[in-house]
Amino acid sequence: MDFLRPATLDEALAVKAERPGAVPLAGGTDVMVELNFDHRRPEALLDLTGIGALAEWSITDGQVVLGAGVPYTRIIAELGDTLPGLAMAARTVGSPQIRNRGTVGGNLGAASPAGDTHPVLLAAGARIEVASVRGTRLVPAEEFYTGVKRNALDPDELITAVRLPAARGLEQFAKVGTRNAMVIAVCAFALVLHPERAGVGAAIGSAAPTPRRASEAERFLAAELPWDTPGALPDSLKRRFGELVAGATEPIDDVRGSAAYRRHALAVLARRTLTWAWNDHQERGKSCA
Amino acid sequence: MSTSTENRVSQAGVGTSPQRPDGSMKVRGEFAYSSDLWHEDMLWGATLRSPHPYARITGIDIGAALALPGVYAVLTHADVPGVNRYGLEHADQPVLAEDVVRYQGEPVAVVAADHPETARRALERITVGYTVLEPVTDSEAAVAGEGAQLHPGGNVVRHVPIRKGDPAAAAEGAEVVVTGTYEVGMQDQAFLGPESGLAVPAEDGGVDLYVATQWLHVDQRQIVAALGLPEDKVRLTLGGVGGAFGGREDLSIQVHACLLALHTGKPVKMVYNREESFYGHVHRHPAVLHYEHGADRDGRLRYVRARIFLDGGAYASSTGAVVANAATLGVGPYDVPHAAVDCWGVYTNNPPCGAMRGFGAVQAAFAYESQMDKLADACGLDPVEVRTRNAMAEGTSMPTGQVVDSPAPVAELLRRLRAMPLPTEPGGELDLRRLPGGVSNTTHGEGVVRGVGYAVGIKNICFSEAFDDYSTARVRLQVVGGEPAATVHTAACEVGQGLVTVLQQIVRTELGVERVTIEPTDTTIGNAGSTSASRQTYVTGGAVRAACLKVRDALGALSPSDLGDKVLDETVEWRHRPTEELDPVTGQGNAHVQYGFAAHRAVVDVDTELGLVKVVALDCAQDVGKAMNPQAVLGQIQGGSAQGLGLAVMEEIQIAGGVIRNPSFTDYLIPTVLDMPPMNIDVLELADPHAPYGLRGVGEPPTISSTPAVVAAIRAATGRALDRVPVRPEHITGT
Repeated sequence: MDFLRPATLDEALAVKAERPGAVPLAGGTDVMVELNFDHRRPEALLDLTGIGALAEWSITDGQVVLGAGVPYTRIIAELGDTLPGLAMAARTVGSPQIRNRGTVGGNLGAASPAGDTHPVLLAAGARIEVASVRGTRLVPAEEFYTGVKRNALDPDELITAVRLPAARGLEQFAKVGTRNAMVIAVCAFALVLHPERAGVGAAIGSAAPTPRRASEAERFLAAELPWDTPGALPDSLKRRFGELVAGATEPIDDVRGSAAYRRHALAVLARRTLTWAWNDHQERGKSCA
Repeated sequence: MSTSTENRVSQAGVGTSPQRPDGSMKVRGEFAYSSDLWHEDMLWGATLRSPHPYARITGIDIGAALALPGVYAVLTHADVPGVNRYGLEHADQPVLAEDVVRYQGEPVAVVAADHPETARRALERITVGYTVLEPVTDSEAAVAGEGAQLHPGGNVVRHVPIRKGDPAAAAEGAEVVVTGTYEVGMQDQAFLGPESGLAVPAEDGGVDLYVATQWLHVDQRQIVAALGLPEDKVRLTLGGVGGAFGGREDLSIQVHACLLALHTGKPVKMVYNREESFYGHVHRHPAVLHYEHGADRDGRLRYVRARIFLDGGAYASSTGAVVANAATLGVGPYDVPHAAVDCWGVYTNNPPCGAMRGFGAVQAAFAYESQMDKLADACGLDPVEVRTRNAMAEGTSMPTGQVVDSPAPVAELLRRLRAMPLPTEPGGELDLRRLPGGVSNTTHGEGVVRGVGYAVGIKNICFSEAFDDYSTARVRLQVVGGEPAATVHTAACEVGQGLVTVLQQIVRTELGVERVTIEPTDTTIGNAGSTSASRQTYVTGGAVRAACLKVRDALGALSPSDLGDKVLDETVEWRHRPTEELDPVTGQGNAHVQYGFAAHRAVVDVDTELGLVKVVALDCAQDVGKAMNPQAVLGQIQGGSAQGLGLAVMEEIQIAGGVIRNPSFTDYLIPTVLDMPPMNIDVLELADPHAPYGLRGVGEPPTISSTPAVVAAIRAATGRALDRVPVRPEHITGT
């Protein structure tokens, strides 16, 4: 197995074009486990940690360009206010050591249905920036996840960044696990409200073959939320939203939980996160008034 | 003028908490665990395991593996020179499978190669033909004789009946009867250091084995039988042990590494990875327990009837002794006038189960403490009150007829526990870490209900049932560099519990010498018995103390510093008072040496909508007789309580059709610091007049009462019956 460590993105893309079987390595929190357990023996590892540009982020015209190699710890510390939903998800990833190493790029590369950041990327309408020697393209998050641990990358492509709007909306993320820390999601949910345009993003994790948006629930909420009316939301609205989120799932029974529990829990998370986001919206309304 | 030893009081003797000799190395990551062992020119061993829980082997072809460059040996059962059977109580387990495999993960062949990767590749090239058979997976069905017979003599490893008084007659007059069926899932020891060791062939045709284990001499006994060698040809030295909890009582790499080393003439190292470790050691017996408690209206117990089924898996391991514990301790720390308890341990094709901290007492306690809460409810009594009314005490007669002849402060433990302050109610500024779900942000208080639960447990300390339970210790005293220094040699395994520190403390106290060196632990000295059953401080501590007393006798009126060139050197074999066998029909007999007691109060916040649990307090009161090392005592209570919490809410090896579904720390979850609350701990020191220093074994009791206390608290919060551990979110939400 060759170990390749390019110093620039161009060099990395050239390698990837020449050797599409080379497995990209960022934090190594997934890939190295697979290697250690002999589940995977790629012909080469393509270590991307020498490419400084991948570990940077910037904001242009209200869009955050988050380098694929920025570790979760930095997202929490540096982007907590700008990308609150993503930071919430990042806080739930593994242990402090894993958060020091793991990256959103790696999460996307692995494309596990249980990956913690996926629901946020979907709900926030993120676009994944992928590059190859042929050029760069932007893949909407909802087109990125193509199957269990499969994504839309071509064999010669690398994930270089994630682009998502600096939050103007109200973001929430919640994840159920059977331990109070350091746990893989039994199910997860992300919600983004955009009161200025009556928009809603809602997405689920760990409850279908891929992370996915709960489109019907989004449409329902966008239409039914009393955006300009102050006050608490009616329970019936929250319940219906929860039902629609649960209806968007396609869960399985496995060692982490039953399909029925996942549906139930996602409905609960949907109701609760909606309540919290709406409360934040009300608070904002007051402070603006 | 010399100072007599009696006048010197050590600053780091018994009752103090000196720094452990291995402490800073472990904290700094410098401690050499057995997986760090290294030898020039060594080979790496690897094990081919059965993918099937039950299958007939139709053929093994090792040709392609042997042909792989870098492979030095591929061995099967045909290469086992001695008896291809080993086991702690019954030699029923093949070193390498012959015609049949009885559990998923059973070793079939071993390989030695110049690199671990080569060894793994070689395993892939071994072809084993299997005819898959229908596995036996239900312990009650196994007792009923259903399914295939897995071993000669049938599938019941042991049945222990206990009969006291006349429960049938007592049942007729009982005013309140509560019944229940309870289940305990398969818990894993989850030690952090995987099975590992290094076997080095010796010029005399023997082998030196460095290994992480709990009992060198019983390893040695089994290894020599399998290798067909005399005892002096197989010498064991303890490697650095990264936790044990019972999981290292049985053999893992021992015979395999020695076989490969003797076959190749080269040192062979074996290290399991985490996944293999789940197949490489025994687990806690899963249990099904049927209970019936009868009482007067005021909650006073009249009788208990219980039928307990323990799933021993494919091989016996220590199932027989686990069965005896569950049976003899089956009614708990209560004064029960009439009892009928039957406990069966069976063979199935599930993973083999054996020793784990608590050893049969854990399973029984979940059932009898759940029953005590039911009884309290049925009588309209407070759960502490019903326990206090029935609490055993010194002088109580156990269901075995054994009269407890040292302090048994069950009521006092409960009283002290209740007197501890309760944690503050939830509320105040939002801090996710204090809520169920933690930073996963599942609740900001919605659905959260608090519950409180109590439990108390009992454990036998040391080996029971007429076992010749002893330890050997050698203590030498001499002047080194003008200063008196003592050396201690035993074969007692330090597995992380702090035995080496306690032995130093004992020598300091007995000889008044500050410099005490613990020699490497090996088989050049006699048997020390197992590091299990909470027994090493008692038995090896007792042996070291006895050796010190002999040294002191030899010293006479001299001061240690006046010894000159003289070396005082004493070796003793020390035994605790003998125990008796259980009557095979009535279960009567003074089978246990000592009983240990702990009680817990758990306070939980449950997210009742999501079924997530945050244990916000887990306080403990325990009698330890004498806190030999108070800090180590607290460590044992914290660790044991955490392990019990794990069984209550998350730890389970999930099995389907004999196959392990979660052999990894990704899905076999153990508590983190956000799951385990800080503890209030009240340590009693009521001396046991029969034990050295009055001490009482500490390690196991806190594991026992922790689980039922946590579950009782969850029941209090949710109103759910929760008759199975670990409690999963689905059990709470009903989805």
